[in-house]
Amino acid sequence: MSGVRVLVGTKKGAFVLTADGKRDKWNIAGPLFGGWEIYHLKGSPADPNRLYASQSSGWFGQVIQRSDDGGQSWEAVGNQFTYDGTPGTHLWYDGTQHPWEFKRVWHLEPSLGDPDTVYAGVEDAALFRSTDGGRSWLELAGLRGHESGARWQPGAGGMGLHTILLDPVHPGRIFIAISAAGVFRSDDAGTTWRPVNRGLKSEFMPDPTAEVGHCVHRIAMHPSRPQTLFMQKHWDVMRSDDAGENWHEVSGNLPSDFGFPVDVHAHEPETIYVVPIESDSLHYPPEGRLRVYRSRSGGNEWEALTQGLPQKDCYVNVLREAMAVDSLDSCGIYFGTTGGQVYASPDGGDHWNAIARDLPAVLSVEVQTLP
Amino acid sequence: MAVTAAGRQIRVALPAHLRTLAGVGGEVALEVHEPVTVGTVLDALEAEFPVLRGTIRDHVTRQRRPFLRFFACMEDLSNEPTDLPLPAAVVAGSEPLLVVGAIAGG
Repeated sequence: MSGVRVLVGTKKGAFVLTADGKRDKWNIAGPLFGGWEIYHLKGSPADPNRLYASQSSGWFGQVIQRSDDGGQSWEAVGNQFTYDGTPGTHLWYDGTQHPWEFKRVWHLEPSLGDPDTVYAGVEDAALFRSTDGGRSWLELAGLRGHESGARWQPGAGGMGLHTILLDPVHPGRIFIAISAAGVFRSDDAGTTWRPVNRGLKSEFMPDPTAEVGHCVHRIAMHPSRPQTLFMQKHWDVMRSDDAGENWHEVSGNLPSDFGFPVDVHAHEPETIYVVPIESDSLHYPPEGRLRVYRSRSGGNEWEALTQGLPQKDCYVNVLREAMAVDSLDSCGIYFGTTGGQVYASPDGGDHWNAIARDLPAVLSVEVQTLP
Repeated sequence: MAVTAAGRQIRVALPAHLRTLAGVGGEVALEVHEPVTVGTVLDALEAEFPVLRGTIRDHVTRQRRPFLRFFACMEDLSNEPTDLPLPAAVVAGSEPLLVVGAIAGG
């Protein structure tokens, strides 16, 4: 019988939650790498037993872990992330130039076809790739070398490259997003890049419609329609139907258009999910009510999903990496909170259950649908 | 004290998270050729436990990570040159080199 494996990264270790296809009884394994920050774990689409994890610590730096048996055992692989050439500088909070410094891996994106090829999005923002299962890493330096690089600036959480989308239809096309620079696209497998932020408007910027500088929190696509992208920006939920060339706002009737994650239903490319947060200075749900919002029209018209979610006195946040979907016939939606809960809905968001309730603050959630 | 053909046997005490990462339970004992310095001890440590590369000092600059410090014989060696000979008691194996994580954070 098919099942799901939910990979949860937290402030104090990783957890692996498993269930059969009914998704009503859950086993929780962990903590793995206890005491370390696990920014992200993700499985290879080409080999579900191949998992990668980003393990980091303010004391001890970065470790990359790899499993070849679905998370039963792990091996530390390469952790040397050295910027190509002379790193140069980028814009700092106070407007001065600041040297590029590697801090941690925010996101690991395994290749669609090769388990040994994996991309890493890092802070300070850069993209690295390994083709030997994580043992060695080389920067795809054309991104950071874009002429705008010196104008990129960290957001409040640092200058992280947090989103990597590999286009399954157009070979060599990759989208990435950086806080706070924006979205960039490569059409040649990561060699050259250009910003694709036209239509974004960020009032905190001196030029609100500048080519770069936007605090993009997350972008998502449905694999069958990779030219359509959805974005949760610092403020505003946005949509592009031309691979990022032009964006327009689809916040519609959301109670707040501030938030972090956005994701797409596995079988309905126009059904999308966000979790509205009160504001950039109040990182908790409006009115203390934890609500996922679903749009079945690709934005603008949104409905609140509340059944099984706390509807009073709830003041958690849901971070950008902390939402995912499975691809079972009845699409499951999952998200984790800074309060340590992981919620799952086996029916596309209509009903929710806490499948883990007392974990450390959740940084990331990924789901593998298993045969 | 132990002196072998390979070098001096040096004791190193690691913080708990690095012991877990290296898969060791207590102090580690390393064969280190003279001169016995912080630098040569870390070279031997990283050769014995490659998983620790990058966790104590930077891969490229070899600089100590900011939240780690080195102590031996009640002395803070963190800001001393890494090619300075370690105290005789460390070289003799009667005292360990301590790698200590800063007491900070949650």
